Amino acid sequence: METIVFYVFSAFMILSALMVITVHNPVRAAFFLVLTFFASAAVWLLLEAEFLAIILIIVYVGAVMVLFLFVVMMLDINLTELKKGFVKNLPLAVIAALAMFALIYMVVGGEQFGIEKFAVPERHAADYSNVSALGQLLYTEYVYSFEIAAVILLVGIVAAISLTLRRRPNTRHQKIEEQVAVKGTDRLQVVKVEPQPRKHQIVNSEGGK
Amino acid sequence: MVDLILSIYEIPVINILVKIVVILVPLLLTVAYFTYAERKVIGYMQVRIGPNRVGPRGWLQPIADAMKLMFKEIIFPSGANKVLFTIAPTLAISTALAAWAVIPFGAEMVLADINVALLYILAMTSVGVYGVILAGWASNSKYAIMSTLRTAAQVVSYEIAMGFALVGVVMAARSLNIGDIVAGQSGSIWGWYMWPLLPLFVIYFISGVAETNRAPFDVAEGESEIVAGFHVEYSGILFAIFFLAEYANMILISIIAALLFMGGWLSPFQGVEFLGLGSSFLAASSIVWLLSKTAIFMFLFLWFRATFPRYRYDQIMRLGWKVFIPVTIVWIYVIGIMYYAELAPWFLRDK
Repeated sequence: METIVFYVFSAFMILSALMVITVHNPVRAAFFLVLTFFASAAVWLLLEAEFLAIILIIVYVGAVMVLFLFVVMMLDINLTELKKGFVKNLPLAVIAALAMFALIYMVVGGEQFGIEKFAVPERHAADYSNVSALGQLLYTEYVYSFEIAAVILLVGIVAAISLTLRRRPNTRHQKIEEQVAVKGTDRLQVVKVEPQPRKHQIVNSEGGK
Repeated sequence: MVDLILSIYEIPVINILVKIVVILVPLLLTVAYFTYAERKVIGYMQVRIGPNRVGPRGWLQPIADAMKLMFKEIIFPSGANKVLFTIAPTLAISTALAAWAVIPFGAEMVLADINVALLYILAMTSVGVYGVILAGWASNSKYAIMSTLRTAAQVVSYEIAMGFALVGVVMAARSLNIGDIVAGQSGSIWGWYMWPLLPLFVIYFISGVAETNRAPFDVAEGESEIVAGFHVEYSGILFAIFFLAEYANMILISIIAALLFMGGWLSPFQGVEFLGLGSSFLAASSIVWLLSKTAIFMFLFLWFRATFPRYRYDQIMRLGWKVFIPVTIVWIYVIGIMYYAELAPWFLRDK
């Protein structure tokens, strides 16, 4: 049963990953990438890594891909422009792809893994909590690498903001602090008007009052 | 005969299917009458009567609306991507309903009692935005795409504040399991997490209103600006499904607020000496408490809609990024301090 589920989701993952790079429309490619993330989350669930699986969906599907789509939908992409130069660049692309594949194979190829090299991982009971195990490791054994990763991310955020931040003092924009700080008396003046003696009796629609 | 039914019920698949039906049928009925309640409540708030024609006092109005939508023609706009156009509402409703799988209704009344229930709910609500995005893009309409862009930005912004608010709850309860979180709030009404986590509670609910695209955060379907937003091109049953998903999400946000911050099925009078309430039947934990607390939040959704004008877009962004996120981060530190101070009754070390 588990094997069937594994193969179904793996097939889904590989197919949708292939579609990401072959589909012409960039928006559809992004949606296939979402499907790839879903399938890999399912495979992780089979590996008893439920925390990582759900974080994958929250972070990548729920946030990163939404922003991706946000950008892709706003772009005006000409499909024929994209297809230009496909044949010309093909040899270079094939070489690059082969080199990448060779590198990946050297790291995660069949020689590195296998049942004869590692003991079969034991199955955990149903009450085993992947979350607390991860938390224990992250905040004790790997706390420095965890903090370094956090600092690198912070640097990335600051860099992204400082790259896009442009001060344009000439544009008209609202200063929210000033808007919030405004009091009624700043904008509104109540003037006491002395009643004037009437010279003529006015007969109009409001005459009844 | 009874034995036969019981033995069929013992088959795991049948058992789960029966439980799903037991959750979904009342949920869908609640959605139907929630729309009726919305029209009535807002009607009375605006000194109108609201629907009162179909059936006694208008009680059959939601049934009539559902019938009308079911038999209306589905119109596909020219140039629309038909496949994605029909997948979009399906995606919206399936994520809205899938989140209900981990919602407990009592100490043992839960379909899937998983350890990462809270994260699962967060994942499902964040995936729900794809329904809106797909609908807006597949419709081939400028109003729909405008709405999609607004929704994407708004939901991503408020998800962060909501996630941080839930981090506070997880810190207080030391668990991601909703049953454990409710159990951590036992004691009287003062044991509920809404007191030590009051800012997070407020932020959670307001972010929930923003996540469901409800007034005053309804820029996604601001009818005075972009007609009806992402579902402007939808008609018939496809539109009805979007409607259903929106209301199911509102009820979901309400029940999660009741579970995480207001003690879920626990009674407010648990262990109260005053007037002997603690020993009366009112002190018992019951699904009635959970549902009445949920109803309070559901009413708040309607009250907001009748009361507040729509936020301007830059105000929404400012509120999310510059007010909510800093407040939640500060409060996470405050929770740490409360742990050190062992603030009773929530942060006792041996609890």
